[in-house]
Amino acid sequence: METLISWAIDVALALLVVSLAWRALASTDLFKAIVLFIAFGLVLTLVWVRLNATDVALAEAAIGAGVTGALLLAAYAKLRATSPDAIVDRAGGISGIGAISLLILILLVAAALGYAVWTLPSDYTGLGKEVAANLDQSGVSNPVTAVLLNFRGYDTLLEIMVLLLALLGAWSLGITIPRPEAAPGLVLDTLSRLLVPLLILVAAYLLWVGAHAPGGAFQAGAVLAAAGVLMLLSGRELPAALATWPLRLALVLGPATFLMLAVITLILEGRVLKLSPEWAGRLILIIETTATISIGVTLTALFMGAPPGEEDR
Amino acid sequence: MTTSDYLSVALLTTGGLFFLAGTFGLLRFPDVFTRLHALTKADNVGLGLTVAGLALQVDSWAVAGKLLLIWLLALLAGATVSYLIAQGALRLGIRPWKR
Repeated sequence: METLISWAIDVALALLVVSLAWRALASTDLFKAIVLFIAFGLVLTLVWVRLNATDVALAEAAIGAGVTGALLLAAYAKLRATSPDAIVDRAGGISGIGAISLLILILLVAAALGYAVWTLPSDYTGLGKEVAANLDQSGVSNPVTAVLLNFRGYDTLLEIMVLLLALLGAWSLGITIPRPEAAPGLVLDTLSRLLVPLLILVAAYLLWVGAHAPGGAFQAGAVLAAAGVLMLLSGRELPAALATWPLRLALVLGPATFLMLAVITLILEGRVLKLSPEWAGRLILIIETTATISIGVTLTALFMGAPPGEEDR
Repeated sequence: MTTSDYLSVALLTTGGLFFLAGTFGLLRFPDVFTRLHALTKADNVGLGLTVAGLALQVDSWAVAGKLLLIWLLALLAGATVSYLIAQGALRLGIRPWKR
């Protein structure tokens, strides 16, 4: 009975996720597509929970559905203000030949992926055993954090760099997000006063708990960004004194610390980001703390659009 | 099954009914204001009953406290978002539905 129920839940989730994805893509109304995309992200979170991947579920909920949803809605507001035609005229689409070549391309990619999965050795158990065997060398007891910050630290280093590059791209486009026309009012203001301290506390908790349970820099940074977005929405602005070098320092703090550590380990240990076991725990905490600050500030800055102080150009 | 298990089943089922009713209201009610009304019933009472049912099943007070906190946060967010949506709708000139 229990297996039947969990099987039914899995099938329902799988169908829901595919149908939401399809409807988000096929919707001619851009606003509807964004809302469907956020719903898609939330259902995908449940899928990750069903797969026992709580770390990924947290990241998907916070970044995939939450922050990305806020960014898409901000971009929608900008589009509606500047080019109202762009948000309704999506029916044009691609011509016949374009559609067919796209279909062939997608089928080829799907076939290649299917082949790759098909040819996996059936007794292959993944790298879980190797991770578990070396976990006590990593400085943390959560295997996901051990992989992300120690065994494959350079992946995470590159991810953080990508985030910074995304912000530089947005800044060079000089896009300004229109401010809400009306004053935010007492209700939103009260909500942000209540929630922002709590969000900062939750971010700190997620950062700390990442050492031995699901959590970590990206999840904590996304929660921090949620606090930032909420403050922006309720009409608060970045003080001019902080908008110059303090903002830029907060943006590069994480990437710079990570990069510096990579160079130091290359010189001292002979390998990029090879953390010696007795220092690993502390080093990971330093990387994650600085990364959390930078991720939170970067995501908030993405929501702001143009660099503060240059909005009136 | 113990008494608290039966109580949990009763609470969770009632919570599920509130969610079902709220979803029907969201789909069937005539305008944005009445739909918000239906939705908050699911969010507030449905989630509250679900949390109460789950809290009876946990082993420690800490977990029960976390569940309660989730409900309070959902109440806070739900009330605020409903207000903002309703105010936005009024500003767009949508008049409340009348029979």
